[in-house]
Amino acid sequence: MDKLILDRAAIERAVARMAHEILEKNKGTEGLALVGIQTRGVVLAERLKAAVQSIAGVSAPLGILDINLYRDDLTRVSEQPVIHKTEIPFDIDDKVVVLADDVLYTGRTIRAALDALTDFGRPRRIELAVLVDRGHRELPIRPDFVGKNIPTSREEIVQVRLVETDGKDEVVVSQG
Amino acid sequence: MKILIKGGRVVDPRNNLDEVRDVLIENGRVRKVAGKISLSAEKEMDARGKVVCPGLIDLHVHLRQPGYEYKETIETGLRAAVKGGFTGVCPMPNTNPVADSRSDMEFMIGEARRLSLINLWPVGAVTLRQEGKELTEFGELKKGGAAALSDDGRPVTDSNILRRALLYAKKFGLVIMVHCEDEGLCGDGCMNEGLVSTKLGLPGIPVEAESAEVARDIQLADMTGGRLHFCHLSSKKSLDLVRQAKAQGSKVTAETCPHYFHLTEEAILGYDTRAKMNPPLRTKNDLEAVRAALKDGTLDAIATDHAPHSENEKDVEFDQAPFGIIGLETSLALSLKLVEEGVLSLPDLVRKMSVRPAEIIQTDRGHLSEGAVADVTVFDPNLEWVVKKEKLESKSKNSPFLGWKMKGKATEVLAAGRVVLESGEIVR
Amino acid sequence: MEAAGGVRTEWRWTRKDLVSLEELSREEIELVLDTAESFKEVSAREVKKVPALRGKTVANLFFEPSTRTRTSFELAAKRLSADIVNFSSSGSSTVKGESLKDTVRNMEAMQVDTLVVRHSSSGAAEYLARFVKAGVINAGDGIHEHPTQGLLDIFTIRERKKNLEGLKVCLVGDILHSRVARSNIWGLTKLGAKVSVCGPPTLIPSKIEELGVTVGYDLDEAIRGQDVLNILRIQLERQRGAFFPSIREYAAEYGISKERLERAKKDVLIMHPGPVNRGVELAGEVADGPHSVILDQVTNGIAVRMAVLFLTTMVER
Repeated sequence: MDKLILDRAAIERAVARMAHEILEKNKGTEGLALVGIQTRGVVLAERLKAAVQSIAGVSAPLGILDINLYRDDLTRVSEQPVIHKTEIPFDIDDKVVVLADDVLYTGRTIRAALDALTDFGRPRRIELAVLVDRGHRELPIRPDFVGKNIPTSREEIVQVRLVETDGKDEVVVSQG
Repeated sequence: MKILIKGGRVVDPRNNLDEVRDVLIENGRVRKVAGKISLSAEKEMDARGKVVCPGLIDLHVHLRQPGYEYKETIETGLRAAVKGGFTGVCPMPNTNPVADSRSDMEFMIGEARRLSLINLWPVGAVTLRQEGKELTEFGELKKGGAAALSDDGRPVTDSNILRRALLYAKKFGLVIMVHCEDEGLCGDGCMNEGLVSTKLGLPGIPVEAESAEVARDIQLADMTGGRLHFCHLSSKKSLDLVRQAKAQGSKVTAETCPHYFHLTEEAILGYDTRAKMNPPLRTKNDLEAVRAALKDGTLDAIATDHAPHSENEKDVEFDQAPFGIIGLETSLALSLKLVEEGVLSLPDLVRKMSVRPAEIIQTDRGHLSEGAVADVTVFDPNLEWVVKKEKLESKSKNSPFLGWKMKGKATEVLAAGRVVLESGEIVR
Repeated sequence: MEAAGGVRTEWRWTRKDLVSLEELSREEIELVLDTAESFKEVSAREVKKVPALRGKTVANLFFEPSTRTRTSFELAAKRLSADIVNFSSSGSSTVKGESLKDTVRNMEAMQVDTLVVRHSSSGAAEYLARFVKAGVINAGDGIHEHPTQGLLDIFTIRERKKNLEGLKVCLVGDILHSRVARSNIWGLTKLGAKVSVCGPPTLIPSKIEELGVTVGYDLDEAIRGQDVLNILRIQLERQRGAFFPSIREYAAEYGISKERLERAKKDVLIMHPGPVNRGVELAGEVADGPHSVILDQVTNGIAVRMAVLFLTTMVER
């Protein structure tokens, strides 16, 4: 049975709150940049960017990162990853990069994203924003901004759906 | 020694015979062919359900000895021939050294005698070392046992040399077997020129490389009145020329090979070197023309152009592989498919594989008349078998027919009354 | 699912080898092109490297001299973090006494994952792919195909013209001896382009029109209305094979000069697989002119080869 964890309004509130926290932690938008991980992390990054702009009136640059080429299980995946584009249209040196993804689970995607980002330059700091943290980390990685913590078992599946990619906003947990 | 072959369908076109008969062989000769022969023979063979015919003759083989014994030897080649139902073969002279002298003829014949299997009628070279320049000693070659002359593997490029050869050979009654290929048109081609060669990016050999030379050779044969035989014709254009020439009274004869009536250039797709031979496999249109020419008599004979090559030589890039495929052990079954498909009658098949070949090399074989040398082939036209590498007698296995389901196989072969194949196994 | 990126479920890339464009479907060609688009960005970075093929070994086996294709594959492999070794040998393997099969078996015994093969015999790559477990990528086999060149040409056209459907592309020059032409014909026709060939009648292969292309001998006529002119390199030694009487006459009849180009569409693309015989098949000013995308082809070649290496090496063996 699917269990609704966040509905549209809750997602909206979570994004707004995270935007506030980002601005608060970084004391404004100076040197701030957002990088979303393909594909739903990109949507989250876009929404955070919009929220930051509406709060602080400043537009932070936005980048897109495809981490497939950095996955540590690439040679073992049975499904075929489709390589999407990576686009970081700004210099990330000395920036505070807020990395955005939909779900934080084992931490391996973030590990890959950190490697990828490092190839683009040397940010002053990298922070992590996720809509959902479901636990079960396999690497020493923790988020800086979390929309919602959801305790799960490994068997459960957390599905984040966003209007831009899935036609509606919701987060559901289903049994695997 | 008396041998009685009982109850077989005796197909002896020279004697217009196609009936169930008993055949009595005594002291190496055909003694009697009759409805029922009641007499005790030392050996009786039950040929019920089988075909008994004059021994099959292959006008065109390469036995590779001397010089290329790793491909084939006279022994392995003759064994393959026996397995294929042949009582005689004509090995081409492109050995190393080239068989262009009397002693070369004597060597081959001596080797065959020693093996005591079947007849070997050697073909001597037309020109020394097959270089196309100086004639060999036709008289000496004939004394050594040459049954024909050929520079096969290569054409006689110089028209005047071929003219002289045809003329000079008249004195000895020798036939000149020509491999028709315009070497300039052929270039570095390694398959038929056409859509498939374009797709595969392989240099092509145009049909005209064969037919242009066929046209020339018809002119030379008519001009000289010499005896000329066309080897391995593969294309409609060539066959149309031969048909026309024959209709106008030309005395030329011609052979084709089973691969030209069963395979097309498509067999090369995937760069299969087992389908690489010269002349190359042609199109469906040519294949149909070869069948039609067999049917209407434009083609006199079916030969194999048995051309053994080692596995190493063929297991290479396509353009590096040598031309040629083996054929002795599949020829009869592949030709029988034409009978099954209604292209040829059984007597026609015997004509193409025994009667006409004997006439072309002017040997008194190819018939089961009383007193004839008892070269006899017995085959079971319904025996089903599959071509398998490990079952082949030939030293080389370069056949595009590996894996093919066949119907019809020689079970007994008698050479001058000696049983060399019995129940499908080589005796001795 | 945490993994970013979509997963193709309808069909999968299953080829460990790329020997020709003849065997690829339209979807497969498009997947390579799409993947190459993503890879193009990697070469534009400060750090031109991703770890995708870390720990994989690619061997460049070049039995025919070629600097650019070999270098392009080498950079492609390196930008994917694969280890790459170069094995060059001029002359055919038989001359050296070792068969191609043995040479390649040896490379395979060294645990190479992917073999990039350039060979003067048509079908060499397909022949090798039949028996090696490693992946085989055809980097040009005789006059058969040069699939990665075909793909990079198509990639470059697509980049400029967006849609291949109905686009008019003319291949100019020695079609008979061109593996680039064959790969272009297969790839372009599968993507819906209208392909024509133009060259001396002696250099047009038999029955080429049955591959779905139109044939012309007069270049001035043939270039009208074309969106793309892909000019093939003329091998100067063809003159000796009596394919044409002189380089001078070839240049006059089939060279793309500035004047001749004026007959073409204003936005025509000029392509050439390189190296260019300046002043023969292509005037220098055209090669360097505004219509030329020759250097884009070189740049795109790396992205396309990265995509091919990535897709084929990722296939489970």
